[in-house]
Amino acid sequence: MKEKLHQLKLKYQGKKMAPAFNALHTFLYTPNETTHSGSHVRAADDLKRTMNTVIMALVPCLLFGMFNAGYQHYSAINGFPENFDLFEHFLTWDNFLVGITTILPLVIVSYGVGLAIEFLFAVIKGHEVEEGYLVTGMLVPLIVPVDTPLWMLTIAVAFGVVIGKEVFGGTGMNILNPALTIRAFLFFAYPTWMSGDKVWVHEAVERAGTADAISGETILGSLAQGSDYSYSLADMFYGFIPGSVGETSTLLIILGGLFLVFSKIASWRIMLSAVLGSLAMGLIFNGIVEYQLIPEYSKFYTLMSFPYWQHLLVGGLAFGIVFMATDPVTGAQTNKGKWYYGFFIGFLSVMIRVFNPGYPEGVFLAILLMNVFAPTIDHYVVRGNIKKRLKRFKTATIYPKASDEVDSLKTETA
Amino acid sequence: MSKDIRIRKGLNINLVGAAEQTISKAVTSNVYALNLDDFHGITPKMLIKQGEEIKAGEPLFYNKNNEDMHFVSPVSGELVEIVRGARRRILTLKILADKEQNYVINKVPDLDTANGEAIKSYLLQCGGWPFIKQRPYDVIADPSATPKAIFVSAYATAPLAADPDFILKDKEQEIQAAIMGLSKLTPGKIHVSIGKSSRSPFNDIKGIELHKISGPHPAGLVGTQINKIDPVNKGEVVWTLSPQDLVMLGELLLTGKFNAERIVALAGSVIKEPKYYKTKIGAEISTFLYASGVKEDRFRLINGDVLTGTKTSTEGHLGFYNNTVTAIPEGDDYEFFGWNKPVFNKISSTRALTFSWLQPNKKYDLDTNTNGEHRAFVVTGRYEEVFPLDIYPLQLLKACMVKDLDEMEQLGLYEVAPEDFSLTEFICISKQPHQQIIREGLDLLQKELG
Repeated sequence: MKEKLHQLKLKYQGKKMAPAFNALHTFLYTPNETTHSGSHVRAADDLKRTMNTVIMALVPCLLFGMFNAGYQHYSAINGFPENFDLFEHFLTWDNFLVGITTILPLVIVSYGVGLAIEFLFAVIKGHEVEEGYLVTGMLVPLIVPVDTPLWMLTIAVAFGVVIGKEVFGGTGMNILNPALTIRAFLFFAYPTWMSGDKVWVHEAVERAGTADAISGETILGSLAQGSDYSYSLADMFYGFIPGSVGETSTLLIILGGLFLVFSKIASWRIMLSAVLGSLAMGLIFNGIVEYQLIPEYSKFYTLMSFPYWQHLLVGGLAFGIVFMATDPVTGAQTNKGKWYYGFFIGFLSVMIRVFNPGYPEGVFLAILLMNVFAPTIDHYVVRGNIKKRLKRFKTATIYPKASDEVDSLKTETA
Repeated sequence: MSKDIRIRKGLNINLVGAAEQTISKAVTSNVYALNLDDFHGITPKMLIKQGEEIKAGEPLFYNKNNEDMHFVSPVSGELVEIVRGARRRILTLKILADKEQNYVINKVPDLDTANGEAIKSYLLQCGGWPFIKQRPYDVIADPSATPKAIFVSAYATAPLAADPDFILKDKEQEIQAAIMGLSKLTPGKIHVSIGKSSRSPFNDIKGIELHKISGPHPAGLVGTQINKIDPVNKGEVVWTLSPQDLVMLGELLLTGKFNAERIVALAGSVIKEPKYYKTKIGAEISTFLYASGVKEDRFRLINGDVLTGTKTSTEGHLGFYNNTVTAIPEGDDYEFFGWNKPVFNKISSTRALTFSWLQPNKKYDLDTNTNGEHRAFVVTGRYEEVFPLDIYPLQLLKACMVKDLDEMEQLGLYEVAPEDFSLTEFICISKQPHQQIIREGLDLLQKELG
């Protein structure tokens, strides 16, 4: 097998389809490439390993999302079970079956469409297929509602990959996070569908208006309408709530985040500062309610009075902080910059959440906004380094060259 | 008087096959060669023709831009071949050595009374000058400039590099002479860095500013030390020398003889008995390689250490500046699912199913496989962990790639040499050629502004 593939690689070398073949080949085997210039030995990690680590951190969220899709579906029909038992009510084949039939197609479409475009661009431009989409393709099904129609997803993925990434030059060159570009496209292109209260639970849309109608409201949706929700804190933390596929379980997201920080793949600076940022904004809103600065009938009142730290448990905030804000390409690149970048993501997420009347979720908008500002943040951080160097320059000891130098040396050695 | 410097950022690359501290005498080489690529940026003008006889220490060629700067022959013999490349550029000069070596004995200046100019012209004439390198640009020093300071690193942290304390043993006299000579070339200080608990001969040398340095690689790189001690600003010049070359300069200043002898560490996992050899600049590597024996047929032979050395072959010759020769296995083989398997036998700066962090002192047998393909820069924040200089490495690399002269200048390109980016290159997830990028950036900057 190894030999045959090697022969094939040599045969395809220099041909137009070479990048496509190489992409598949390097998926099976790490290439036989050796060092040519500079350092003769290299560390073990490559981009594939990096991306793969992120995917591993996402797998628990995906599996949980599958069970949760079934759980929310049946609970909406039959009512939430009393005396909830994890194995009896949640980790069941029935739940999983619903999950796999609804979510697996999302995954397949996301990867299929995205990778097809990546391969196409690689062949046209004659460069290797880069691994960036491996993570994007996994993120996309996790941040869309479970009943997103596949045709919408196809269009959104095509838009996101081409406009969000390839036009800038592909992986490593994009300004906006491609997964969030896809999410934003879905939101702005199909607002009535994406922001309704029906897409969050499987079949809620089909059943709407019939005798079997079920509710599919998220916690944030309920809060935005000023109504109450019936989920306990434990439900929110463990993730037994409606929402986008992979974003509900704060527990698994924290575990994934810890894994990424431990493996040094994602930046702990961004994660920590984003959490601090969201807590800060939450506290400000709680304070406004506390000191009765807004009347109780205000439409922001319920969301503002939502306990500041619980913002991290509902909606996509935790997921966004751990998996989206930490995208190294679109985030701030300097360590100092990462603190500002993360803080504002958390801060703005909660702010948009409260003030956005149409759609009570702001994480993806906040991250996209900060993606745009990340180069600016970096610019000022790097300026600081440059200024330090310029300051040092003022006391530089520069000796005159050539002819004058003879005299100065004479005086030195005299 | 000494000052302690502690480097925290970095990464030690521990490899198997460190040279044992015994010195054997290498078999005398028949042919000696000077590789012109060792002298970056020098255009040679030949002083003798092919087939002519030459003495050891007699000039072979001079620098086209500075006629006084001579490059001398390491041995006496006949110039048998001038290997030329594209556009007749000279690549290598080969000298068939005489059985009996004849040396040119130069008239030495009196170190106590001679002034800087005298020392300078002596070194230029007698072939000692090329050992002095300068920053900015990491090239052979420009004799018309006056350096604000001279830096010598006598602390080696690079993988399998020769131990300076060992090879400098009993060379105090030569070192002292070289320091005396060099101190007349700069109104500034001569900074020498040694290991923290080192018994380096530099402990007893007068006329230097001694620094005790500790920490992981790249603490031993002179660029790291310059950045911590007295960084280079725009317009400033510093000179750097390797401690072993100080010994050669010292001997040249004391006896007037260009003695090309040096002690070289032969190391690497391929070598059966890694140890030190006494040989000469330009000697055939095979004269000592097979004395130690090799374990495999196919391997990468490197003039220098694995991070900064240049590739050579078993027919190759010892480089002008090198005191280490390393042999490691070639890695031109495929690895099944190499990108997602847990990795135990390679070094990594992450913990993404790579386990080198568990045993920081374990010695590894690395080969030349890149462990992945060349990609665009994606990951951030990783280089900074192994890059102790007060410079933004990723931003500087990108500035060099887009040839933005202003940024290159502002971000500190004057302070660095390609070797300072060897460790970031090692850990680079996108497998970018950092040292090449920096080299091209330096060349461009020198061409445009130097």
